[in-house]
Order: sequence, then structure tokens, then C-alpha cells
Amino acid sequence: MVNLALAWAEAYQDAHPDVRISVTGGGSGTGIAALINGTVDIANASRQIKQEEIEEARANGGNPVEFIVARDAIAVIVNPANPVSQLTLQQVSDIYSGKINNWKEVGGEDRPIVRLSRETNSGTHVYFLETVLRLGQKENKTLFSMDTLLLPSSEGIITEVRQNPNAIGYDGLGYVPPDLKVIAIAKEAGGAYVLPSIATVNDKSYPIARDLYMYTNGEPAGVAKAYLDWILSAEAQQIVADLGFVPVITSNPSP
Amino acid sequence: MEKSLNWREFVITRAIKASGYSAIVFVLLIFVFLMREGLPALGEVEAGNLLSIRWYPIEEMFGILPLITGSIIVTIGAALIAVPFGIGTAVFISEIAPRWVREILKPLVELLGGLPSVVLGFLGILVLSPFLRVFLDLPTGLTAFTGSLLLGGIAVPTVVSVAEDALDAVPRAYREGAWALGATRWQTIWRVTLPAARSGVLTAVMLGIGRAIGETMTVMMVTGNAPVLALKLGSLFSPVRTMTATIAAEMGEVANGSTHYHVLFFIGIVLFLISLGVNIAASSVVFRAKKRAERILS
Repeated sequence: MVNLALAWAEAYQDAHPDVRISVTGGGSGTGIAALINGTVDIANASRQIKQEEIEEARANGGNPVEFIVARDAIAVIVNPANPVSQLTLQQVSDIYSGKINNWKEVGGEDRPIVRLSRETNSGTHVYFLETVLRLGQKENKTLFSMDTLLLPSSEGIITEVRQNPNAIGYDGLGYVPPDLKVIAIAKEAGGAYVLPSIATVNDKSYPIARDLYMYTNGEPAGVAKAYLDWILSAEAQQIVADLGFVPVITSNPSP
Repeated sequence: MEKSLNWREFVITRAIKASGYSAIVFVLLIFVFLMREGLPALGEVEAGNLLSIRWYPIEEMFGILPLITGSIIVTIGAALIAVPFGIGTAVFISEIAPRWVREILKPLVELLGGLPSVVLGFLGILVLSPFLRVFLDLPTGLTAFTGSLLLGGIAVPTVVSVAEDALDAVPRAYREGAWALGATRWQTIWRVTLPAARSGVLTAVMLGIGRAIGETMTVMMVTGNAPVLALKLGSLFSPVRTMTATIAAEMGEVANGSTHYHVLFFIGIVLFLISLGVNIAASSVVFRAKKRAERILS
């Protein structure tokens, strides 16, 4: 979500030249760790803060406060030359856990499947593991197949999917360029196959969608409060939509 | 006047001495720090887990064997490329090439050595890996072999530059003696010049291997980072995850003082011990060779 945080910071600084916001990337864990250590005012995270992180923050005398600032859908992407265009959640899970190893098993060509994933420190990785591989079941202990390629950036995944017809990858909808093929996902076999879009994420019919968070240490005050209020405004949420993420307040737009 | 000279001399000798000792102090400090941060891993993670074949730290699976074999296979591949190419180039530059070729080649090789590894990584992702996938008919081009090729490219300039200096230092009389005995140019290079420069050439090889095993950015970008145990020859053509890439990719995220943090430092210790072993092996070979040469001369 670093793209989004950067765009917000830029737009806000244009309107308020007296405020300086610097944004650093590195993954949700990095941001929350920095909040715990007190080196940042706001931590952006694409996953909810963990219980142990809250405890660690309290031990350091902090108190993380949560804001849902946008929504995000994870798109499953393949090379445009791949004839497969829809999969069930179970099939995606079986592909990534190593039960399905050839595209012909899901109606494609006779090609080996090359699985691409973000690194384990990415919030997207953890979210995908919990929601797709383990189908949202707490007791499910499915793991990524050992030969899953762990790429350090979204760009790495997109580059590989663009040039490799064997590859399957996943990434935030906001990062997927138009020249890649997005797979329609069905929640269960026999269900409707849904492509991710602003509409399908908002009505919750697309199954791989999540909320994006900002955390502050204690109730925000002063500049941080003004900034967070602005982020939830229609103007800032328009930026969310422009970047391919999904705004949080589409149902009741503020004036 | 004389007094100030003495004083200056005193400061300068001390400064030089201090910088000499500082290298030892720094290595020791780094070693102590590594041990302090890494050894607790042995108490926190069971040996069975540490020696398992699954690396998945967010589920407390800390099998480091795939990472060790990954580093080793990539480094061996890189050495197989860098050593013959590097020594060959060094021999060509120092023994065969005419003066003007040599004057162009040497700076060019050094320029290659100055290429940032992230640039090579980009070339690897965008050009080399798609090419290898099609050319070798692999499922993906992000493999240990891709990493080896690029690392070989990174190590070649190091090998060339050190080996060329060593060859250059061989007295001209050696070559002239060989030619006078009727040796061909090739015989002179292979039987006289190279053996005479052996210790320098070996240093070049070790430095090259050290450069390859420690390289991080390029490998992280092109080897696919899948922690699979790499034991077969075929593993060279499938994705692997190296120790350096693991540390680089995960260290920024990890909570200070956690088990995962200690295990990453433990991997650092393993890496340190491997390069120490390579260096000790190399210098003992050089040492033995020197001893023998002394015996023959006396």
C-alpha cells in the first residue's frame, strides 16, 4: 500500500505546504515495528495488527489505534497467453499448495505451473495464505508448496507473469497493469466466477478482498488527526479509487 | 625542525599501526556480535527443526539446509564460470594481447567490476531469465543457473584483475628461459608462468568466490528464492534460495530479539564460517606450495 500512502502524502502536502509527511516502504510488519519503536507517527498496514504486536507496543508504553482507510482486492494473475480465465478458491489453494502442478488439470494447456508469491514478510503474503490457501479456516494448516518462488517485490511478480506463460501470481489489484490477465474467482465450486473490481469488492462478492489500515500511537492529535480526517474524506478516497484500490465510504459519500 | 619531524613521524607510525590493528579489532567485534546475536538460535530452535528441509519462518519452520545448499550450488556454478574465464582473460591480457589491446581491455574489465549488482539483477530479470527459459525449455528462467551466470560475471573482473597482477609480477627471465629451452608460447604459459604466479592466481580465485558467495542483490532478484533443497545436478536449473538473499529479504521485517532474528544471525555465522573455511583452505595450499618451492631452492 506504499503507492497509496505516497499519493496521499503528496496530495496532502500540496494543499498544506506547512506539513511534511515522509513515507517509507518495507511491508506491514516494518511499519508496525517502527510504530512500536516510536520512530513513526502513523503506520500503514495491509493486515490487521497482531495480538503480540499490540502487547509489544503496550510494553513499550504505546497504545495502537486502528483506522480502516481503504479496501483492497488481491487479483490472481496469469500470462495473457494462458487460456485459463476462471478458477475456484479451492483450485487456487490447490495450485499454491502443490496439489495441482499442471495447467491442464484446471482446463488449460499441458504446461507446468510456476507459482509466484510475495516474500513472507509481505502483508499480502500472509493475507493470501490465510484467505486463499487456508480458505479462511483457522485450523487449516496448508502451506505454500516448497517450490513457490518468493519474489521481493510486486514488480518482480508482474515482470515474471508478463513474460512466462507458465506462471501464476497474485498481487494487489492496484498494482496489476492492464496487459496481464486477471482470473475470475468463485468462492466455491458451482458458484459464480467474479472478477475483482470496485463494485465487486464493495458488495463483497469478490472473495479475496481486505481492508487497509493505519495505526497511530494513542488517539491521534494535531497534525496526525487532521491528516487522518482528510484521508477519510471524499477527496482522499478519490485518490484511493484512482490507484485501483477500493474506497471505504462509497456507500455514504461525505459532502 | 628536527623535533617537529620526530613528532610527525611518531604520529604517522602510530596511525599506520592503529589502522593495521583496527582491521583485526573490527573482524573480532563483528565476530563477537554475530555470535552474541546468532548463538541463542541454537537454544531456541530444536536441532531437528534447524536441520529440516523446510524454511518457512512465519510458521516457525527454520530448516536452513535448503538455504545452505542454495548458496553452495549458486556459488559453485559461478566459480565454474568465473575461474576459467577470469584466468583465461588474465592470461590473454598479460601474456598474449598486443600492448594496445591490453590498454583497452584492462580498463574495460575494471569498468565491468564497477557495475552495480542491482543493474545486473535487472538485466537478469528482463533479458537473461526470459532467454534462458525459452532457450533451455525450463518452466521458469528464475533459477540457480541464472544466478550463477550473473555472479560469474560479477566475479570475473575480480579474478582477472588480481590474477593479471600476479602474472605480471612473474619475472621476464622465467619466460625467456622457457623460450630458450624451446618451449612454445602455450607451454611457457601453462608450465612456467602460471605455476610461478600460482599463489596470486589462487588468491584471485578465492577473492572471486568470496565475491560470489557474499553477493546478495543480484541473487535475490534472479534465483526465484524458493527454499528447495538443492542436491541434484538438475537443481541448478530450478529456483533456489540463498543464505544472503534470505537475510536481506527478512532482516528488515523481523522483530528485534525474536527467534527468527536469532536464526537469521545464525545463518550469518554459517556464512562467515564457510568463507573462513574457503580462505583457510586457500592459504594453506599457498603456504604448502611456498614451503615446497623453498625446499627446492635451498
